[in-house]
Amino acid sequence: MSADERFKGYRGPARALLERENVGVWSDVEVATSRGPFAGIILPRSEQADDRHLVIKLRNGYNVGLATNLVERITEIGRREAHYKIPEKEFPFDPGRPRVKLIGTGGTIASRLDYRTGAVIPAFSPGELYGSVPELADICNLETEKLYAVFSENMGPEQWLGTARAIASEMNKGVAGIVVGHGTDTMHHTAGVLSFMLQNLPAPVVIVGSQRSSDRPSSDAALNLIHATRTAAWGDIAEVMVCMFGPTSDEYGLLHRGTRVRKMHSSYRSTFRTLGDIPLARVDRKGVYPLRDDYHRRGASPKVHLADHFDDRVSIVYYYPGMKPDVIDALIDHGYRGIVIAGTGLGHVNKPLYPALKRAQEAKVAIFMTVQTLWGYVQMYVYDTGRDMMALGVVPAANMLPEVAYMKLGWALGKTDDLEEIGRIMLTPVAGEITAREPFDGYLIYQGGIPEIEAFLKGVLR
Amino acid sequence: MRDLPNPDFLQEGFPLGDLIPPARRIPRPLYLSAEEYAALGLKCGIEVHQQLLTAGKLFCRCPARRYSLDHHASVLRHMRPTLSELGEYDGTALMEFKTKKNITYMLNRESVCTYEMDDTPPFPMDQRALQIAIEIALVLRCRMVSEIHIARKQYLDGSIPTGFQRTTIVGVEGMVPFGDRAIRIIQLGLEEDACREVSDRGHDRYYRTDRLGMPLIETVTYPELFTPWEAVWFGQLHRLLLRTTGKVRRGIGAARQDVNVSVAGGRRVEIKGVERIPLWGPLIHYEALRQRGLLSLRDEASRRGNPAQWLTTTVPVDPGTVSTLLPPSWDTAKPMAVVVLPGFRSLLAWPLGGTRTFAHEISDRVRVVACIDRPNLVHSDDVPEAWTALRSLAGAGEDDALVLLGGNEEDLVTACREVADRCREAWDGVPSETRQVLPDGTTGFERILPGPDRMYPDTDLPPIEVPPERIESVQRDLPMPPWERANRLRAAGLSTRSAGYLARRRDATAVFRVLTNSGRDLSEALVQAFVAMWDSGGNRDERVACQVIEAACDGVIHPKAMPALFHLLRAKPHDDYEALAREHGLSLLSADDIGPMIAEELSEGKKEGLFVRIMKRLGPRVQAHTVLDLLEDQGVAP
Repeated sequence: MSADERFKGYRGPARALLERENVGVWSDVEVATSRGPFAGIILPRSEQADDRHLVIKLRNGYNVGLATNLVERITEIGRREAHYKIPEKEFPFDPGRPRVKLIGTGGTIASRLDYRTGAVIPAFSPGELYGSVPELADICNLETEKLYAVFSENMGPEQWLGTARAIASEMNKGVAGIVVGHGTDTMHHTAGVLSFMLQNLPAPVVIVGSQRSSDRPSSDAALNLIHATRTAAWGDIAEVMVCMFGPTSDEYGLLHRGTRVRKMHSSYRSTFRTLGDIPLARVDRKGVYPLRDDYHRRGASPKVHLADHFDDRVSIVYYYPGMKPDVIDALIDHGYRGIVIAGTGLGHVNKPLYPALKRAQEAKVAIFMTVQTLWGYVQMYVYDTGRDMMALGVVPAANMLPEVAYMKLGWALGKTDDLEEIGRIMLTPVAGEITAREPFDGYLIYQGGIPEIEAFLKGVLR
Repeated sequence: MRDLPNPDFLQEGFPLGDLIPPARRIPRPLYLSAEEYAALGLKCGIEVHQQLLTAGKLFCRCPARRYSLDHHASVLRHMRPTLSELGEYDGTALMEFKTKKNITYMLNRESVCTYEMDDTPPFPMDQRALQIAIEIALVLRCRMVSEIHIARKQYLDGSIPTGFQRTTIVGVEGMVPFGDRAIRIIQLGLEEDACREVSDRGHDRYYRTDRLGMPLIETVTYPELFTPWEAVWFGQLHRLLLRTTGKVRRGIGAARQDVNVSVAGGRRVEIKGVERIPLWGPLIHYEALRQRGLLSLRDEASRRGNPAQWLTTTVPVDPGTVSTLLPPSWDTAKPMAVVVLPGFRSLLAWPLGGTRTFAHEISDRVRVVACIDRPNLVHSDDVPEAWTALRSLAGAGEDDALVLLGGNEEDLVTACREVADRCREAWDGVPSETRQVLPDGTTGFERILPGPDRMYPDTDLPPIEVPPERIESVQRDLPMPPWERANRLRAAGLSTRSAGYLARRRDATAVFRVLTNSGRDLSEALVQAFVAMWDSGGNRDERVACQVIEAACDGVIHPKAMPALFHLLRAKPHDDYEALAREHGLSLLSADDIGPMIAEELSEGKKEGLFVRIMKRLGPRVQAHTVLDLLEDQGVAP
């Protein structure tokens, strides 16, 4: 064992103490302290924690910290190393079941503890998944491929392109469906960009993750994975979708169109919502139940069209009152080619920004307007402000969500430099990112606290 | 028949029997003698869960103890076992997963936020709760840890929506003096309380979430109590000790105890959630008998056969053919099966203390694991002659026992397997398990006993350092143990009984301060008057109470006038209480004041009953001995 392994996470006085007493992590020890003896196993210490304490797992399973300056002597009486392994069983093959490919990019479908940071890190293989979610074998024949292992905030153009290519290649080999394991923070960004990169899908692409990590009994990971594989294997909707909890209860999931979905709560299980529209379908352990008819059907296209291009010289500017033009100027000066503004109300920014917008227009930077209200359309004719801005080359992007507009603009700029062509691409819906009409109940999120909603939640929905 | 005796030993110089509350009437079993329990090798330890007096919950900012029967919404969850930190699955967790429960949490907006429903990570720990826990750990003379690590203790029964309880260790290896020995404390932990169960029928379990997340401390003792009554005495003493801090909650459900019981050759069995300490007596007694019964059953099973060669068979049964065997409440619409247990005849009726038999143990397991509510089985040791037809149908021999079960298809398979599993455990003696209290004072299986493998570090919160200075500052202000307080009250002149009573009152700390601050010798009459005054309603102003005690001790007023002066002084604080007493006619009259009155009465020639008349007339303004002395001087016999 290397010294780093032996003293995992310990620095300074704590490490010196372990060295002096000739013990290391996983040593089963008796520690004599000025307060009396403690007995247990020395555990690794989180690297961010201080260097003045030892962590001991007591015999009763509890961990406690002991200040190094209380310790008089440590006696090793044995060793007990943790062997953290999800029980791995071979995933049973059944020729009668559809073949589903699970592509991993990160997130915690299954996970284990990382002692270095004290956080959880994912574990992932068909055998491990079968060991922890045996229900999957009733749904499909599962294959897995770990493409990346990153937290979702670390996903970027390289990973998006790589994921799109991997999916296209699998899709063209004839899988029944693809599930993408993904961290939830930027799941909707990836869903958006994949919706543009993967067109004419012959089968479903389902992006899934968990809001409660799978190291906890109440995790949503297992049920989300069951819903996602059910959708990929048997569902009729051949689009890029996000599959996450509908209500916070373990009841059903919702399938959200990749271009209309957004994470709307920092920690809730049912954090993903379809905005400005209604979800595609509901999914439970038994089946997929579409909520609408206007989806791309399984088998309607023979082969996927892969449009794998992206230019990352694009930014989102979230407008706030009092914003100064230097923010826009900086982007122009640094060679950005596209800007998506999340404007106020119907799509507005203040007058002091106008000169900067004009500079951008002259520098051939494509600028599109979206709304920070998230619900509703940009409408730049209603007020003079809007008309002034359009004259400065700002293009209203209808009801595209700001993050989706960002993804689409990067994707469009990856294909062409022609501003006119970019404008055409941006305003022609590819995957439902712009809708012709907003359903009257699209803007229905449950507003708890209002009596009729409470009565509804209590009686009908959990 | 033996009653639960009262303790007859000294607790650091004070008779324990006078310190703890007298045993109240509870159903009493036929207790064995201490020698008989010792011969069984009975050992008990206790785990006490005590809610702390904080405004809010431990890991979120919801108010504590806002209980209600109303709810605004509900959430459905299922639990899955996960690996422990050392990479093991916990046995209890796996069994709970087998049971496949739909768990519904009822939410009230006043008492829960998104934390309790497990949709938000924890907020930093409530510092007041931690401070109280440190104080109690020191009261219990624990070895303090220097850094508190928050752990997740798995509970897959659903009592906590996350599937784990956030729990910590504040101190270990403490002790409480107990007569001429000490009961050692394994650990003192600070943790969050669980949900309140509403119902548990079939596959559906309902919980209220209002109690969830309230801070509580858990005291765990070593198994060093050897009779049911010792456990009860110690329980009372421990409760008294916690209450001296004045920082723990009281009332129904504010303290809940688990009792760990084992006999020689048996295993540790945990009896969960007992709210009244005197109930421990019968529970421990019956558990000892149950374990004794299971051990003799083990010996009998071993005499009859070998578990390695013991194979059960299960045969489906048409409910129509067995209707005479079934109780009226049986659901005959569901499929049925009979399990043949070779060589088990008469073992199902094996007595396990009270009215319990081995068949009850099996029925409990079927209820919990297969989710089939009672009555869930009938067996051939009950009216054996009625089983002849079924015996031949199932191909069972005369020496075999039969268990007949019913339930929906999937549950029935689980139930038949569980019957065989539990019977095989007969060779093992006493399974380690958690048991719940039944209304008749006995217990029933709840789940198998969880081990250290259900612990997992909480990755959501960093460790909390408890620096030595913080411990020292709490140590300086520790409350006095109740027996020491009682000893001091006794030294101040009280009877043992009064001292014990005052030391265990809920306001013992304040009472003690008032009574000892005066620095005077206390008479029994004065203490009785004090209690009358203290409990007479209104604000218990300690400073005023001290003044009143001084006034009584110094002979300014009669003890009986204490409540009146207490009320006056509270309404109108006054340093010269002597003047106030005089002004309101409360001050004690001297011989000079009374002399003329006696002379007047005598001059009228009314000698008969003079003492009584004067005492009636002057009431609490005069000391009897003063009047007697005067009468004697006048040569009048009282």
